[in-house]
Amino acid sequence: ADKREGETTRNASTQEGRKERTRIEMVCYNMYIFNRNGECLHYSEWSRPKHVKEGAGTLADDAKMMFGLLYSLKNVCSTIDPKAEHRVPLGAPLQHGKACTFHSFTTNCYKLHYLDSPSGIKIVLNTSKEVGNLQKVLWNIYSSLYCEYIVKNPLYDIGEPFECEQFVQKLNQFVSHIK
Amino acid sequence: GADATRGGRRERAKMQGVEKINAELFTLTYGALVRHLLSDLEAVDEVNKQLDQMGYNIGIRLVDDFLAKTNTGRCRSFKDAARTIAEVGFKMFLGITAKISQWNDDETECRMSFHENPLIDFVELPEKLQNLSYCNIMCGVIRGALEQISMRVEVAIEKDPLKGDQAFELSMKLIEYAAEEYPFKDD
Repeated sequence: ADKREGETTRNASTQEGRKERTRIEMVCYNMYIFNRNGECLHYSEWSRPKHVKEGAGTLADDAKMMFGLLYSLKNVCSTIDPKAEHRVPLGAPLQHGKACTFHSFTTNCYKLHYLDSPSGIKIVLNTSKEVGNLQKVLWNIYSSLYCEYIVKNPLYDIGEPFECEQFVQKLNQFVSHIK
Repeated sequence: GADATRGGRRERAKMQGVEKINAELFTLTYGALVRHLLSDLEAVDEVNKQLDQMGYNIGIRLVDDFLAKTNTGRCRSFKDAARTIAEVGFKMFLGITAKISQWNDDETECRMSFHENPLIDFVELPEKLQNLSYCNIMCGVIRGALEQISMRVEVAIEKDPLKGDQAFELSMKLIEYAAEEYPFKDD
């Protein structure tokens, strides 16, 4: 595709990035990564026609609302679990690893996919509603992207928001392959 | 028989993507680290504490790598976690086969024992360093790793071949499970 437009290799990565983003627009809307304390460590956006200002107001509030939603949903799922051995009162702090967790929900406009890793890292990916089960994909984002490029970086403080060029590039590539 | 082969295949699958380095280099690097700490800090107790802290910083990162490589979704209990560390974790990162034993009644305390340890190859403790917990870094690693999966533990070296014992023995004690609470105050 680059050869067609006769672009120099210097701009290849930005051109690639823009093309990736156009392709991704079809399927993936945005992605959040949270730590267990509700801090948004990373936010990536590929397509969000309704601006944040018309929704939550700011990105920080938006992230907070998203985390609140995840937390509440997880709580409700645990409370109404028909297979649970012990009764979990709604609102009680959940023991990590013991409570059940939800994988995704679909609305008439989008589908939200969720991964809760054992170490407390939560990944949320919003896609178009036709997309199937992305649990494996989310797990791959966690293992081949987050673990490789973020956790293994000794200069990065675990649990802090991060900016990483390589991570974003790989993420865009990765996400562009989701159908 | 069939079970052994199945286990072997599973183990080989887990080891995929684990790159190998020269063991001597690893041992020498760790030795250099300990020597540096000894020359920097006055008291042996301080060195022990620093090794534990370093181990902690390693552990909080190592756990994500471990979870990613072994595709571990949930760690159900302290007993599970301890067994996983001994049977998979130690093997994967240090090539050590460890055994868990001496569980107490409510399964919150146990001992982990192992014979080999690449950290102490060629090492002998001199008289004046008899109080040095040379491998204290391991205690920190386990503590850091388990903290990331919501378990607060205390780990200590109970038996040390550098001090005359037959094998290594670590004690692991669960202090509490940390529950996930809603972090924001304004509901």
